[in-house]
Amino acid sequence: MSAPPLVVRVENTREIAAVKAVAPLLGARCDPSGSYVLAGAQDNSLVRWKLGDKTADTLQGHKSWVRALAFAGQTLYSGDWTGRLLAWNYLDAKPTVQANLEAHRGWLRALAVSPDGKILASCGNDRKVRLWSLPNLKPLHTLEGHNCHVYNLAFHPEGQSLVSADLRGVLREWDLSRFAIKRSLDASVLYKYDQVFAADIGGVRSLAFSPEGKLLACAGISNVSNAFAGVGNPLVVLFDWASGKIQTLLRPKEAFQGTAWGVAFGPGGRLLGVAGGDGGMLYAWKPDEAAANFTLKFDSNARDLSLHPDGRRFVVPFESGLLRLYDMAPKGT
Amino acid sequence: MYCHPCEHALSRRHFLLGSASLGAGLLGLAHFARPEAAAQLAAQQKRVLLIWLHGGVSQLETWDPKPGTDTGGPFQTIATSVPGIHLCELLPHTAKQMHRLALIRGINTAEDDHGKGAVIMHTGRRPEPGLSYPHLGSVCAKLLGEESNPLPGYIHITPRVSDGFQVGDLSFLGPRFAPVELRDGQAPANSERPANLRVEADILRQQIRQKASERFLQRRRSAQTEAYTASYDQAAGLMKKRSLFDCSSEPMTVRERYGQHDFGRHCLIARRLLEGGATFVKVTHTNYDTHHENFDFHLEQLGEFDRPFATLLEDLHQRGLLESTLVIVMSEFGRTPRINRNYGRDHWSQAWSIALGGCGIQGGAVYGKTNANGTAVTDGMVNAGHLFHTFLKALGLDSKKNWYIDNRPIPMADPKAAPIKEVLA
Repeated sequence: MSAPPLVVRVENTREIAAVKAVAPLLGARCDPSGSYVLAGAQDNSLVRWKLGDKTADTLQGHKSWVRALAFAGQTLYSGDWTGRLLAWNYLDAKPTVQANLEAHRGWLRALAVSPDGKILASCGNDRKVRLWSLPNLKPLHTLEGHNCHVYNLAFHPEGQSLVSADLRGVLREWDLSRFAIKRSLDASVLYKYDQVFAADIGGVRSLAFSPEGKLLACAGISNVSNAFAGVGNPLVVLFDWASGKIQTLLRPKEAFQGTAWGVAFGPGGRLLGVAGGDGGMLYAWKPDEAAANFTLKFDSNARDLSLHPDGRRFVVPFESGLLRLYDMAPKGT
Repeated sequence: MYCHPCEHALSRRHFLLGSASLGAGLLGLAHFARPEAAAQLAAQQKRVLLIWLHGGVSQLETWDPKPGTDTGGPFQTIATSVPGIHLCELLPHTAKQMHRLALIRGINTAEDDHGKGAVIMHTGRRPEPGLSYPHLGSVCAKLLGEESNPLPGYIHITPRVSDGFQVGDLSFLGPRFAPVELRDGQAPANSERPANLRVEADILRQQIRQKASERFLQRRRSAQTEAYTASYDQAAGLMKKRSLFDCSSEPMTVRERYGQHDFGRHCLIARRLLEGGATFVKVTHTNYDTHHENFDFHLEQLGEFDRPFATLLEDLHQRGLLESTLVIVMSEFGRTPRINRNYGRDHWSQAWSIALGGCGIQGGAVYGKTNANGTAVTDGMVNAGHLFHTFLKALGLDSKKNWYIDNRPIPMADPKAAPIKEVLA
């Protein structure tokens, strides 16, 4: 007689492990093997957390902050605010830098690896999206089509398209066979030019496709009334990928001031989002319901979200320096 | 309460230390028939350019970067034209002008409120009940400005959408020396003669107004009525100088050097005004009050500031005007070394920096020092009083002189402070 299926639900969410970095954390990713979590910290280091024995060490090599992290095979790729892209043998006992190159002029904001593991995409403040062949990091192509800082990117699960998203909420779908813009999507609800402070605020801070590629989620801040105080609300813009139309604007159930820094597709087809601002929050939404149907308050600003490959766990890096692992499976399973 | 206008005229001569400036003041530029002589004298006329980075620019993202520390943030430093001096990487163009700038890195103004901080930095004093000290701009308008100058003595170019925390100057120097605000760098409203008003008719109506005004003044003369009368003369002069506010006559290459945005245009107007004889031009760039997303916002704001400012410095130098123009870049305070939970920096007056350049300033000088992560001044701590003394001294003015209100001496600058000699040429 087989065991009953494990019911993984966000309502079960509980912290099961944590590690404390010496500096506030910026972003984190679970590795494909599920054995490690890598996180960027405000002291320019990378925190490597081994989930098996819960030990952690740091990788030194960047000269600035790192939020862009991606894995391919046994290599970690990390990008920093100076525009440098580093490759690490992160599974080694003492990881070292295998490659270090200037990928962008200015802040390299995000990295993504194609589903077949053959292409690394990077984007940054130089308004460019760059493609690199893996594992040799040979430049493949530069995609130009954004008019401002490019904040994020993600490959479609089928691998034919790459989507990039910028400060003003402009999304470009790139046809990777022609290296040309295929279409544009509008997430400008995540952007505002604040007339009083004479500055831009917003941008797509996190980007995620649903596993089957039918939905695309973009996270950020909306309803901004004071850019320099961060007075606005977290928002996840959910696109129907086929039509390119906004399907749902996903909001907190109760008022919260801050930015949605991370989004992922969790168990049961629900979306998970984390926010930071006036504290930290975890939200869960059904794709067709605007208001979150689950909320969990954190004790610090959440700055990213990465789903573990097992589908039941996720990690959140915090402003407090804590890197926490959560489990969505019932306790004792 | 107000001193007599004659006292102003006399005190102005006394305050001027340079004989050339005195000569210019007495004779007027029109007496010089040869253009080169007039140009030479114009270069000797002292003037001020104040760039006000409204909201409180971060010293760590500008003049006193601390990369690799817990407070340093993500940006790196870059070398400048002065070996050994590094600026934040957000100022690449300004870094090339470092040999024309001096940095004061040990400022402690002990005031974290926007309004009070702005008053302190404009007056060199903490606000006191019952006495409003004049702004630097008003002081310069009075002591350096020519009465025959058709331009207002204290011009403030404000942003399009924000008043930049206007700190009104209601001091004893009187409204005549108060700032004239040019919103978005536009010429003052209604400063153009209406198209349906003939020149002859305009002259005639001015003459009628003058006669009526003179008759009124015979019985009720006061600082306000003087200012009222002077404002008409100033307006008439402004109408003749209206072209200074119009950048469209500048070649496109010049406009592009300054940048096709508001602050670039405002800097170009400032250059035109200074060239045209303005005494004190303040340009406000907004906004730096970055409690949230300090780094993204400084990237954007300083990206706008850097090139126009450096271009303006270079152009003033090329025109031979920089030696006689004191350049000041300052805010109401700096920003906290500690990075808050929203990637922001908050108000911080305990250890911050400003930049000076041009007239009377020793290019490449650095005075004051903060500790490794910028949380405290470790050497050369100064306050706004020291800065105010330094500004006046750089302009060749004796900052230890007094104003007089009903024979009561009011020190021009805080007597407890003194000029910072280390940054003076």
